[in-house]
Amino acid sequence: MSDPTSPNAASTSPVVGTARVKRGMAEMLKGGVIMDVVTPEQAKIAEDAGAVAVMALERVPADIRAQGGVSRMSDPDMIDGIIEAVSIPVMAKARIGHFVEAQVLQALGVDYVDESEVLTPADYANHIDKWAFTVPFVCGATNLGEALRRITEGAAMIRSKGEAGTGDVSNATTHMRRIRQEIRRLQNLPADELYVAAKELQAPYELVKEVAEAGKLPVVLFTAGGIATPADAAMMMQLGAEGVFVGSGIFKSGNPAQRAAAIVKATTFHDDPDVLAKVSRGLGEAMVGINVDDIPVPHRLAERGW
Amino acid sequence: MSGAARGPAPVIGVLALQGDVREHLTALTGAGAQARPVRRRAELDAVDGLVIPGGESTTISKLVDIFELREPIDKRIAAGMPVYGSCAGMIMLAGEVLDGRPDQRGFDGIEMTVRRNAFGRQVDSFEAPVEIVGVDGPALHAVFIRAPWVERVGAGVEVLGTVTDGPAAGRIVAVRQGNLLATSFHPELTGDLRLHRYFVDLTRAVA
Repeated sequence: MSDPTSPNAASTSPVVGTARVKRGMAEMLKGGVIMDVVTPEQAKIAEDAGAVAVMALERVPADIRAQGGVSRMSDPDMIDGIIEAVSIPVMAKARIGHFVEAQVLQALGVDYVDESEVLTPADYANHIDKWAFTVPFVCGATNLGEALRRITEGAAMIRSKGEAGTGDVSNATTHMRRIRQEIRRLQNLPADELYVAAKELQAPYELVKEVAEAGKLPVVLFTAGGIATPADAAMMMQLGAEGVFVGSGIFKSGNPAQRAAAIVKATTFHDDPDVLAKVSRGLGEAMVGINVDDIPVPHRLAERGW
Repeated sequence: MSGAARGPAPVIGVLALQGDVREHLTALTGAGAQARPVRRRAELDAVDGLVIPGGESTTISKLVDIFELREPIDKRIAAGMPVYGSCAGMIMLAGEVLDGRPDQRGFDGIEMTVRRNAFGRQVDSFEAPVEIVGVDGPALHAVFIRAPWVERVGAGVEVLGTVTDGPAAGRIVAVRQGNLLATSFHPELTGDLRLHRYFVDLTRAVA
């Protein structure tokens, strides 16, 4: 791919909204935990616990799932309240394809927009043209093709989808393993088979070639959807996630502050079982959770987006 | 010039609690150092110099305390260990931080006052060229991401670079005090190794 990160070299004036500052922002979040919050108080608890960012939304996925109905971008007053409450980056969700919700979030000054399957999609054909924005976007993916299509549309960060609001980590592992496996497969293909690989992945050849050569996505890859314990977070890191989104897992548990801090520590020391054993003690009840298998397929959030 | 031609490769750690650790490890290796992540006391004891990467300074500050690295790093700094901090790392090296969390603390580092997220939110993050004293060649292409700037420096602090253009023109974004080096921006994201070479040379001279 031609370098989309290179601004006009002759100019000395500052350039905003480049691919490099968008992707770079996600690089700075690596090794960290991003927590869903619905009030300024929860945002403070998350920041106190060592979150690298918070995701402002009206209802956590477990409640969206329980209450049903159409789920939309949060009230700007609520997002303002959270931006006021914390000094760490604030992310917020827009519906898939809802570019005006994204315009509103950018105007509010959020640091990252999550074009999210957790909300009800606004467009069943098109995702948002994310190149058109100064604010960077994170998007979900269940496989490599989906991740590459989102990057083609301008996503500066990818998260594996998992199944949000369940506390069941099984889909997070499935999606992370699949993405990593498909990258390894590309690495092992002879150059002349990458053209067909691109066709199968429904992604641009140049991007497929770039991934085959680098052995990784050109943007940061986090995990999400069903992470409820320090061990869940550490497992996802060992499987190749570069950081963790925790949604309902914290504020639907018995002791959110303590659990949040434990998940932060477990993410940093994800490869040290002694630390993991220590931080896993005495956390109280984890969120109750739902088995993904018990959710009828049409109600699975990971099926949204394509 | 290769590192080997100037003497043995110094061992430089990257504080690996959170942030863009991999980018710094890659840049340091390219600049002729033996680079390794540091998360534990024993790992710290084995390095000649330390890089504090970009990341979230509130998170890094918290993890430094939780995993008991504050005192050992302060002691190494007092004993002259070279340290380079980029962005969050600059905040961690600042004697005083504005717009931080009340419980946020840096190391006993550079006599300076740093304002966190000084340039604004992510939509204000930018790229611009910055000339650095002691780095030859064209201006560095500097990447600023929710970056801090330096508001005041003490008598012993050398200003190495400022923003030249735009609304923040004149702001201090690179400083050095003795063996401590800090930048508001992220040379590790650009593939330009000159600033990392500067730090590797500094560490080699001390080691």
